Amino acid sequence: MELLCPAGNLPALKIAIDNGADAVYIGLKDDTNARHFAGLNFNDGKLAKAADYVHQRGKKLHVAINTFAHANGEDRWKKAVDNAVAIGTDALIIADLGVLDYAANKYPEVELHVSVQASTTNLEAIKFFKNNFDVNRVVLPRVLSVQQVRQLAKTSPVPLEVFAFGSLCIMAEGRCYLSSYMTGESPNTVGACSPAKYVRWQETEQGLESRLNNVLIDRYQEDENAGYPTLCKGRFDVDGNVYHALEEPTSLNTLELIPDLMAMGIVSVKIEGRQRSPAYVEQVAKTWRMALDRCKSDPDNFQVDGAWMQTLANLSEGSQTTLGAYHRKWQ
Amino acid sequence: MKFSLGPNLFFWPKTDVEQFYQQAKTSSADIIYLGETVCSKRRELRAKDWLSLGRELAQDTNKQIVISTMTLLESPVEIITLKKLCDNGDLLVEANDLSAVQIMRDLNMPFVAGPAINCYNLSTLKILLKQGMMRWLMPVELSGDWLATILNQAVDENIRDQFECEVFSWGYLPLAYSARCFTARSENKAKDDCQYCCINYPQGRKMNSREGEQVFVLNGIQTMSAYQYNLINEVAQLNNIGVDIIRISADSEQAFTQLDKFKAQLATPKTFSLDTDRECNGFWHQIAGMSVG
Repeated sequence: MELLCPAGNLPALKIAIDNGADAVYIGLKDDTNARHFAGLNFNDGKLAKAADYVHQRGKKLHVAINTFAHANGEDRWKKAVDNAVAIGTDALIIADLGVLDYAANKYPEVELHVSVQASTTNLEAIKFFKNNFDVNRVVLPRVLSVQQVRQLAKTSPVPLEVFAFGSLCIMAEGRCYLSSYMTGESPNTVGACSPAKYVRWQETEQGLESRLNNVLIDRYQEDENAGYPTLCKGRFDVDGNVYHALEEPTSLNTLELIPDLMAMGIVSVKIEGRQRSPAYVEQVAKTWRMALDRCKSDPDNFQVDGAWMQTLANLSEGSQTTLGAYHRKWQ
Repeated sequence: MKFSLGPNLFFWPKTDVEQFYQQAKTSSADIIYLGETVCSKRRELRAKDWLSLGRELAQDTNKQIVISTMTLLESPVEIITLKKLCDNGDLLVEANDLSAVQIMRDLNMPFVAGPAINCYNLSTLKILLKQGMMRWLMPVELSGDWLATILNQAVDENIRDQFECEVFSWGYLPLAYSARCFTARSENKAKDDCQYCCINYPQGRKMNSREGEQVFVLNGIQTMSAYQYNLINEVAQLNNIGVDIIRISADSEQAFTQLDKFKAQLATPKTFSLDTDRECNGFWHQIAGMSVG
């Protein structure tokens, strides 16, 4: 089972590889990827350096081109595919059917991975991608329970990758327009959810307030830790009851599922966080490497180390983690 | 220009559903979509009930009847039901997931690509055409300009006559789908023990900011806009850019009045001022969806 780590820049990529990643995924410096943030991602020169560093160490590079191509700008997505192939990427992670079609026809030798943004949650949908584009891997959205993943792994004609750790998207990825409803910009069209330019913090008499495009997302008392106002993780009012109506600020952590995922034949576990620091990548890669190696050597007696959990919790939103949808009760 | 009644996205008791579609029979809709698109646990009407209701409507009216299918399908049982609906023999099907596209392709049957299918560009649209798509609804977050671009490109490539274009034009917008049931959560219930509580909220549950601003509507595993989308002032533009069908969502009996109101815009266009505390059209104008452009 491959450990697939995120990198938003060259230092993070090097640290990921040096700390045990089998593969690293990155994005280009434009809106063709779903982490299109200022100061992040790879221009052409850095892209070539990234490929060299990874390949010299016998590891793999995946390039995410996983937003949906704009009606008047499809060439930008095609060019992103061309550039990634030119530097020798090992896999392309794509969500858009048109872009997949382009890549499958022009570069049949390059591995195609169906991005989580394509929201492929069942066997027939997997067949669609297999039949039309002969894809090599499908990344499952974070909406399935572990039983559902197991069932799918048994029957899927395509190897499966799952999300293992990081920020938790609670909606079926690629099918969420909450961000564009509030700001006009969404992961699908712009490559960002709850974009930073719409965030405003304000000290008020009632407490510290976070807003997204003027909508109040949360209000914090002095003893509370304030988190980034991702719009689905704020506190809202439903008939007089104020609570995290959609989700608490928390991160996904599936360390305890490693033996299950290995037994199912999941080919890769993905760490979320291309927008996070090299220090985050280092800690997460190191911890997951240790856990995967220990499970591989003795799967029957695998136990999650308390220190690993502590390390990961410290890197998590609200310093707490969850099994998310993998655990039926979360749903 | 034709007018359609979209699928009802909420969960209503069977008698209410039947009563609603009795009214739909005499409504001004040219096309009626019906079926469960949100949650497979909503079984006031089962697959066979939706199909027989669809056939009854087809028999009693001259309207085109379309069976709408689920958006987020996670279990093999849900796929079995989906196959039953797709392979129904006579009624057209709206696919809201690529699984349904795959099934319709296997059956060699034409289908409608619903708004939850991510078709953002002409290349994608052409792939769907190859699978058998005969009608297309764009994702609700896209704008009028975005749509016009694609339709013009289709004209340039001589494929515009191969599909109809329908636009979600009125009603609460379906915005997101999750594994989690937010209505059950709002009642402190687990999804596996939800007691079908959505049925108590025929218009969903409003989720407001702590300042009382209406933000979203919780509708089971679906999150919707708290404001009703309203393209009443854009009917002429829809017509001009080559849209074939205007969709009115079956939110409530209000949908029937809206059908008439939209239809009247073709003959005698009027400008309506939208109520910014209740209505929105931002997506169409490529600004924040909840705003009015």
